[in-house]
Amino acid sequence: MRVINPYTHRQAAHCESGVVRALLEHAGLPISEPMAFGLSRSLVFVHLPLLKIGGQPLTSYRMPPRSVITGIGKILGARFATATFRDPRQGMDHLDAHLAQGRIVGVQTSVFWLPYFPDGMRFHFNAHNLIVYGRDGDDYLIGDPVFAETSRCDARSLMKARFIKGMLAPKGFLYFPGPLPKETGLIRHIRPSIKATARMMAKSPLPFVGAKGIAFLARRIGRLTRRDPEQARLFLGNIIRMQEEIGTGGAGFRFLYASFLQESAALLHEPCLREASMRMTAIGDEWREFALLIARFIKNHRVPATVEEIADKLTTIARMEQAFFAELGRWA
Amino acid sequence: MDSRDVPQDQIPVFAGHSKAVYALDSHGDYTLVPTSGWEVEEIVTRQALDELARQRRQALADHRAGRLSPLPYHMYDKKMDVATLARESGFWQWRVRRHFRPAVFNKLSLTTLAVYAEVFGISLTELQRIDDARD
Repeated sequence: MRVINPYTHRQAAHCESGVVRALLEHAGLPISEPMAFGLSRSLVFVHLPLLKIGGQPLTSYRMPPRSVITGIGKILGARFATATFRDPRQGMDHLDAHLAQGRIVGVQTSVFWLPYFPDGMRFHFNAHNLIVYGRDGDDYLIGDPVFAETSRCDARSLMKARFIKGMLAPKGFLYFPGPLPKETGLIRHIRPSIKATARMMAKSPLPFVGAKGIAFLARRIGRLTRRDPEQARLFLGNIIRMQEEIGTGGAGFRFLYASFLQESAALLHEPCLREASMRMTAIGDEWREFALLIARFIKNHRVPATVEEIADKLTTIARMEQAFFAELGRWA
Repeated sequence: MDSRDVPQDQIPVFAGHSKAVYALDSHGDYTLVPTSGWEVEEIVTRQALDELARQRRQALADHRAGRLSPLPYHMYDKKMDVATLARESGFWQWRVRRHFRPAVFNKLSLTTLAVYAEVFGISLTELQRIDDARD
């Protein structure tokens, strides 16, 4: 089988919002990645001590996988056509059929089984999104938003990556936009989306969600002095891996959201949103410093960081995010 | 983050690839900027990889000494832990741990072994015998 559907590859900061952007553009709705991310209300902070991944608690800087897809679908009034499969063979046949019909298709995969990822980047994260835009014999043609170039993946590896079992198992999940309404009226959805995110971040009733979640994690870090230093290193290292590596995370998501606020400021003629964008940027920079402190703690730097410093930095971030999102919520 | 501050540390983990991040250009407008990686990401990723390598070497030594079946070696070699292996194989964690015992592993049925081989993406022979050259 040889089919190559028209597709212009663009790198993105985050896999799911990047794939959704590309799919919508292909369907005739130009939208930026930050807009897709912000409108779908995908920014958050969560720290779940009891949900362990690779032996470490889950820390996430965005909503769970698939929230961009379903979120943007609801807002546009154009739900994505989605499917999961019990039988891997069937899942691959469906993908082929969509390609043959001229579609480009978003699929969920496990990073570990994608051969074009460098070995050091391959971990068992099962909610990585990419675009399949064609097939050339045994190879699928892949637009992976993480990379600047397009990639190729043999059928056997792609099947394995799509049908891996376990946490966030993709079950062959594939998706593409349904018919788009003539008038999407994106602009009027900006304010409610900002309001929802601000409420989640500033007023969550749950202690491990939003700014409260950040303060909660800061307190847990403060208690690390009582633990074995090697354990403390692995615990802290994992927070940054979740931030920087799995989907470019933490600071990356803060900058993505800041970009969304800036674009919204122009669309709505609201200068105060541009100012909010600058404040979000400053918060993102604090997250980067937090990451730097942890790296210095792990690597016994010439100027080593202490657990107290790290916890203090995160407490500061928690206060900043609390104040920022409370104010943003009042605007919205 | 200013686009001039976007890290370009050419980290080995990226193996020559680049990622992209949103950063501010000289007019204060957000734009997507390529990054060849940040030292911080290298440090924390290397930490995770080193930890897996340490566990893998330990599992291999224990296997060669007859204390463990080859299973934990393959598990760490594929960057898994018991929880991940249990989820992907569909076996309970206590069963996976039991299969770490050489005596138990050696008596496993072909069906059970095939499940592990499938999860790791290796052949039955590779699963049962670790090449002398591996470390």
